[in-house]
Amino acid sequence: MNVLVILIPASLILGGLWLAVFFWALKKDQFDDPEGNANRILMDD
Amino acid sequence: MTAVTAARTLPAAVAHDAGPGGAAADIYISLPTIHCAGCIRNIERHLNARDDVASARVNLSLKRVAITGSHAVPADLVTSLQRLGYEAHLLDRDALGSARDGLGRDLLIRMGVAGFAMMNVMLLSVAVWSGATDATRDLFHMISAAIAVPAVGFAAQPFFRAAWGAVTAGRMNMELPISVAILLATGQSLYESLNGGAHAYFDAALSLTFFLLIGRYLDHRSRLAARSAARELTALEVQTARRVTGSHTDEVAVSALSVGDRVAIASGMRVPVDGRLMSPEALTDRSFLTGESDARRAEAGEILQAGEIVLGAPVEIAATAVGEDTTLRRVAALVEQAENSRSAYTALADRAARIYAPLVHLLALVAFLGWIAVDGDPRHALNVAIAVLIITCPCALGLAVPAVVTAAIGRLYRMGMLVKSGTALERIAEVDTVIFDKTGTLSEPGRFADLAGFSGTEKSILSALAGASHHPVSRAVAAALPDQPAAVVTDIREEPGQGMSGTSGGQSVRFGAGRWLGADFTGPGLRIGDAPARPLPVEQRLRDGAETALRGLRQQGLDIWIVSGDARSAVEEIADRLGLAKRVSAMSAEGKQALMARLAADGRKVLMIGDGLNDTAALASAHASVAPASALDASRNAADIVMLRDNLAALPGVISCARQVVRLSRQNLWIASLYNLVAVPVAILGFATPLAAAIAMSASSISVLLNALRIRSAL
Repeated sequence: MNVLVILIPASLILGGLWLAVFFWALKKDQFDDPEGNANRILMDD
Repeated sequence: MTAVTAARTLPAAVAHDAGPGGAAADIYISLPTIHCAGCIRNIERHLNARDDVASARVNLSLKRVAITGSHAVPADLVTSLQRLGYEAHLLDRDALGSARDGLGRDLLIRMGVAGFAMMNVMLLSVAVWSGATDATRDLFHMISAAIAVPAVGFAAQPFFRAAWGAVTAGRMNMELPISVAILLATGQSLYESLNGGAHAYFDAALSLTFFLLIGRYLDHRSRLAARSAARELTALEVQTARRVTGSHTDEVAVSALSVGDRVAIASGMRVPVDGRLMSPEALTDRSFLTGESDARRAEAGEILQAGEIVLGAPVEIAATAVGEDTTLRRVAALVEQAENSRSAYTALADRAARIYAPLVHLLALVAFLGWIAVDGDPRHALNVAIAVLIITCPCALGLAVPAVVTAAIGRLYRMGMLVKSGTALERIAEVDTVIFDKTGTLSEPGRFADLAGFSGTEKSILSALAGASHHPVSRAVAAALPDQPAAVVTDIREEPGQGMSGTSGGQSVRFGAGRWLGADFTGPGLRIGDAPARPLPVEQRLRDGAETALRGLRQQGLDIWIVSGDARSAVEEIADRLGLAKRVSAMSAEGKQALMARLAADGRKVLMIGDGLNDTAALASAHASVAPASALDASRNAADIVMLRDNLAALPGVISCARQVVRLSRQNLWIASLYNLVAVPVAILGFATPLAAAIAMSASSISVLLNALRIRSAL
């Protein structure tokens, strides 16, 4: 059961990391135009 | 129409070019028809290639382009985009408000927190479900509590606020049972965790919050797009006026005018306040106020109303009513009254909540009292009662209607329809009568002349005569002859209400009403010398898609009326062409509203479609309403749906979509109830576990969401 001491914090830290990335993306306006971004990938230039 | 467009776009141009030296100003242009990567590239390339644009970026989700560092006149950019083949409308930056979507960002943050907490708690719960016991289980429950309690406290706030609002107002909504379920589940789980209990519902409370926040956000997003485009600027009331004092004129704010002031109004401008005409005569376009398609000729001493557009020579008026007393403002007051009466409509979801919430709470109470009576253990009884609350799937019920409405709003947005009100589709589905305004809705403002059958000489004479007059028929004829060199016609005179006469090549030439020319037709005609008069085919132009739309609406079994402020002959002409039997002409704004009230009293549900100021009160008081994008600001504000494309053909699609929305929403409510029918007895008998709750909740939510997505294939 000692493995839990490592695994639980590890899972929480990973989840927290995801949350931090999400907040960063939100701050950088990454979700303002989901449709446009989906289409821009098709443009050559 | 040109004058109207110019008058409406002018204030925006002034506002944006205000900075001396062309200080960089952001311009937003709405592009309702863009849909793909090709559109983005075309528009961005075109705009960025211009010298007067620093950078342009298209937002495909909001269907608009943001232009920074531009010294160009915004109206020029709009025309250049239109020439490129895209429908474009200028958006006023101030009216749009801040570009930041504060509420949407707030919902996203809460969604992120709820999602993070849910995933972690779910992982810990899986361990408990797999058979963790004693200290391990308690540890997992405590960690879950440490994550879940603050997460719920933060993420579920929008629901708590809405529920509290409903409680204080004495109403019932979906948020109330949702909030109760979230709060009780969290509270009970916290108590169980602290006391070493076996069952904790943290995961249920969090997934409930997470799923419902997704629904909330989608709903918000689709409506945000509609709302921001609907805020597009139209300045009906000119903000400045030219006041004449003695021999000089000065530019003053309209609000600074007082009764008795003399105001000069140039050709093509709107009349700023109600006033008595001081010039000998005036020709004005009242189509936006009254629906009349012909210009009105006023004599000195008559009253001009605020909002009329001066067509002929510049005029001077003496103000008789300013500010709140003008006719324009009185109509706005009428709209407010009508809107208040409509807010009484209860949405389908709220009606379902009215039945569902008391029923669920009663069931939970019965389970609680029942178990106390059976084994006398209040803790066990409370656990069962809470399991009942959670397992009755408020999640599916809370998603049932919003998921369908969101899918439909997104679908309609792609068709060029902005749905401004959440309950608009439900109300449109109930409609049995459709009332169309004429001018600006079924027919285009102004007229259209077909001069293919006329010779070069005739055309050049027409060009000279028509070019000398501001009458709508003359303007239509002149517009049909853009490159025609005018013949030399001397001695041109305008006979008010009759036509134009002159002399060309020694013959008298006349262009005007058939009777005035001595012919037996009633429409306009041309007569050269003693030759018989020739009729001119000048007619009202139907709006694109009007015929298709009416055919579709008839097939849907709707009763269609045409109700217009225009003169009888003009209404008859359009009604005959469209085969409409029910026609009412010369209707005032109050008359239209009274007609709405009478039809409503007869039990009819009316869909009103109109664009003018005279329609505004009717739009607001009808059961549901639609306005075209070219409508006045006031009309678009009053309407539930704004059609962004200048084409009526999509109208029957809106109605079938609305009917589909109601059908699917009902189905969803039944699906959710079906789950309850199975799960509730299990919960009441005390067999429900957190695992069962998690399965029931996810399964019902997913079935409801999948059913909602069927709306895409149904259109």
